[in-house]
Amino acid sequence: MPTVVIPPLMRKFTGGEENITLPGATVREVIDNLESRYPGIKERLCEEDRLKPGIAIYINGLLTRGSFLERVDTDAEIHFLPAIGGGVAEPSH
Amino acid sequence: MAEKKEYKVIGTRPIRHDGVDKVTGRALYGADFQMTGLLHGRVLRSPHAHARIISIDTSRAEAYPGVKGVVTAQDLPEAEDRVADLGEGAVNLKYLCDNILASDKVLYKGHAVAAVAATSPHIAEEACTLIDVEYEVLPPVLEVRQAMEADAPLLHESLKTTSMGEAADEPSNVASHIQHKLGDPEKGFAEADIVVERDFVTGTVHQGYIEPHNATAHFNQDGQLTIWCSTQGAFTVREQVAEILQYPISKIKVVPMEIGGGFGGKISVYIKPVAALLAKKTGKPVKVLMNRADVFEGTGPTPASYVRVKMGATKDGKITAAEAYLAFEAGAYPGAPVGPGAMCIFAPYSIENVVIDGYDVVVNKPKTAPYRAPGAPNAAFGSESVVDEIAEKLDIDPLEIRLLNGAKEGDRRADGPIHPRIGCIETLETAKAHPHYTAPNGKKHHGRGVASGYWFNIGLESSVTINVNSDGTINLIEGSTDIGGTRSSIAMQAAEVLGIPAESVNPSVVDTNSVGYTAVTGGSRTTYATGYAAYEAAQDVKRKMSARAAKLWEVDEDNVQFADGEFSCINGKEEQISFRDLCARLGETGGPVVGSGTVNPGGAGGAYATHVVDVAVDEETGKVEILRYTAVQDAGKAIHPSYVEGQIQGGAVQGIGWALNEEYIYDDEGTMTNASFLDYRMPTCLDLPMIDAVIVEVPNPGHPYGVRGVGEVPIVPPMAAIANAIYDAIGVRMTELPMSPDRLLKAMGKI
Amino acid sequence: MARKSHVQTTINGETVEFLCESRQSLLEVLRDELYLTGAKEGCNNGNCGACSVILDGRLVNSCLVLGVETEGKSVETIEGLAEPDKLHPIQDAFLENAALQCGICTPGFIMSAKALLDSNPNPTEHEIRYWLAGNLCRCTGYDKIVKAVMDAAKEASA
Repeated sequence: MPTVVIPPLMRKFTGGEENITLPGATVREVIDNLESRYPGIKERLCEEDRLKPGIAIYINGLLTRGSFLERVDTDAEIHFLPAIGGGVAEPSH
Repeated sequence: MAEKKEYKVIGTRPIRHDGVDKVTGRALYGADFQMTGLLHGRVLRSPHAHARIISIDTSRAEAYPGVKGVVTAQDLPEAEDRVADLGEGAVNLKYLCDNILASDKVLYKGHAVAAVAATSPHIAEEACTLIDVEYEVLPPVLEVRQAMEADAPLLHESLKTTSMGEAADEPSNVASHIQHKLGDPEKGFAEADIVVERDFVTGTVHQGYIEPHNATAHFNQDGQLTIWCSTQGAFTVREQVAEILQYPISKIKVVPMEIGGGFGGKISVYIKPVAALLAKKTGKPVKVLMNRADVFEGTGPTPASYVRVKMGATKDGKITAAEAYLAFEAGAYPGAPVGPGAMCIFAPYSIENVVIDGYDVVVNKPKTAPYRAPGAPNAAFGSESVVDEIAEKLDIDPLEIRLLNGAKEGDRRADGPIHPRIGCIETLETAKAHPHYTAPNGKKHHGRGVASGYWFNIGLESSVTINVNSDGTINLIEGSTDIGGTRSSIAMQAAEVLGIPAESVNPSVVDTNSVGYTAVTGGSRTTYATGYAAYEAAQDVKRKMSARAAKLWEVDEDNVQFADGEFSCINGKEEQISFRDLCARLGETGGPVVGSGTVNPGGAGGAYATHVVDVAVDEETGKVEILRYTAVQDAGKAIHPSYVEGQIQGGAVQGIGWALNEEYIYDDEGTMTNASFLDYRMPTCLDLPMIDAVIVEVPNPGHPYGVRGVGEVPIVPPMAAIANAIYDAIGVRMTELPMSPDRLLKAMGKI
Repeated sequence: MARKSHVQTTINGETVEFLCESRQSLLEVLRDELYLTGAKEGCNNGNCGACSVILDGRLVNSCLVLGVETEGKSVETIEGLAEPDKLHPIQDAFLENAALQCGICTPGFIMSAKALLDSNPNPTEHEIRYWLAGNLCRCTGYDKIVKAVMDAAKEASA
């Protein structure tokens, strides 16, 4: 199952737990499963049906498009990180 | 995966394709654009760093002979308080629009307030003095720590600190707080035999591109808007202008002219929407040019910052814990590059216990813009100075301690992700073996310093189209504006695939109507990602040409193979035809061949650099002279080594300027007192020795030829390397940039 | 509207007449009236050298010369340097050495280097750096520019 690394500033949702392993074949499924385990966390990460501006998603160390349709491997490691502001690495759409 | 093989074109040094145009003065930059009936625009800027706009009366300017139109924020569509992604990060539209033309408040001296279009630039300038603006002047906040204080004057009454999606209750100048944490820092520091902690301060510095911003806009009667301009990304101009003017992207064509330097500073738009508003108002094409003072005062510099670094190590040099506090000045609107600073700060090391806090803080200075590895140099000045101090206190060679703790493939970066194949160790080993590092260094007041740096590089979208010509050449159409020879480094990758010389490729950078979406020339991505797209487009050409050969020989496509510029038949038939000869037979085999490639690659691969510098400190004047400079960098695979060296040398020299001279000097009212090239002193060739650029090649598995971006990382190490060299020379740790003669004299106790 | 003056001058060997306001600099005249846009504006106050031209044999920042001052004088600009079928050796040396990145400062550097080599055909590296210190380049770190001028000098004396 994919592992989500919870950002330090959001670990209060997980009782301090850093790595959460949970099922999901796409980013959307992973986030929905995270929400059902830790209610309220989705609201911090998402706005309507996309990631909040200012938050980026890395799958296995690679910056992805942030799309909820992105597929994740069974052994994927998912990071939610502050999006790189200042005009360098934010995908445009 | 990167191919390991000998290349015919890659790694050679052909004359750049746009070279003749650029040495004869024929190349057309934005300001060179001419058009019948052209009007000239000029922007009126705020004389105050912080003030409320009470009223703007443009009537006297409008009545001035030769004036054809005046615009203010009233002419912009009402901006929503919403956030959009515009190719340069998430942007609040209200902030974006207010930075183009101030609506309710001016937030820095030089903030655009109104603009005039007239029949000559002189008339437009005179008319600006006739615009009457009434201000209620407010106290400015000019320094990041001051801005973070609870009772500091607020720039934005509605701005509240966000921390990973959660907003605070009270308004603040702190726009956001980020944190990365790895392991148990407390435990790590407890295990250390030595702990070093220091504060660092860096000044506001500008990209300093020689070509000021420029834009010419024209509205056709059918509503089609065309903008000719200097930009790092025509598509991001289109997106930003569309959002600001609330106008469909399909009605906007952006034509990128040649660009006279950018370094990150020509991604955000400033006068492009203003030129469009003036063109709309006057019905004529309008050209708006900035002067040098406008560039300093009205466009994004890179932030001043306060950085605190604490690191602990065992007595044999193993770093056990690291802690960093980064507070960056965003300027007038949120968006300092504290994110990348926090990502990069400890990236040359493998450290188990790390905590990094970053703060993005608004102050009454121009909104900051990216500048070459944005954020990373501020951070590295702190961390690389502290590493040097630990090495010195433990009596370990400074490159040795870096090698001992150096980041390797599979190590975890402090912000979480695992490093792919990287060349950190290789740059350190190369620097250690370099004759510069082994040369004697012992004269009085001479010193040697080293520092390393990391930049993650980016991928993003690129599109390339290739049209095959009947004479065996190709026309390569791309959307990446060429700031440093990328027409050639991209063309060479297509040439390599097709087995043709670099000179057989005609690269063209075209407008937004003429090529697929292409993200900005930035993030060290162009040779990597647009080169990757050229590779894919050339592969597409190869496939289509193979089909033509198959048709010619009446065999299946599977029976055609391509190697060394020749198609041959592998089913027993003794057929062979060169790429060039096959190009002459396209008409009879089905018509023109056009190949295309689009990419959005994730594997940009990080870049590492290690610099070695020798300095001499003049005890009388406090002036630091650079005696010798060696910059070692992992380029993955250098497509055109001359232009890779050029990036390394140019980046190192910008870093030398940042280290020794460059800073915005403000008075108490928030006026920059050195807004000219005379007083904002960038390095001249007389200030420098030759910069020895040493290319290391650790192929990036995320690119077919192993390319890594090279443009940004060379600006990361110089400040700390020079500070460390100064320490070696005079025994004083310099913790404030720039390390100008007065600061050195103070540090030496002379004044 | 300010009255315009009639000026007759020689530009790149050709007699040229133009009208200009007395406040217009030579740089403005070259660029806006004569469409010789090879000279660039980087600062408009003599600090960057991007507008360098040669006036009666002497290197000047054309932003610091008034258009009307060129009456009866001779101006050399980047556009006049190459022959129809051949680049000037300094231009060739800039290309061979990859001595440009964005290229905006290049015309100024080439004119400045020409003025140097016209007066001192065999300069040392230090003399080159001293002479070119009035031209700013932000891209290259100057290495390849200095090497190009050294090569061009060598080429000319060979």
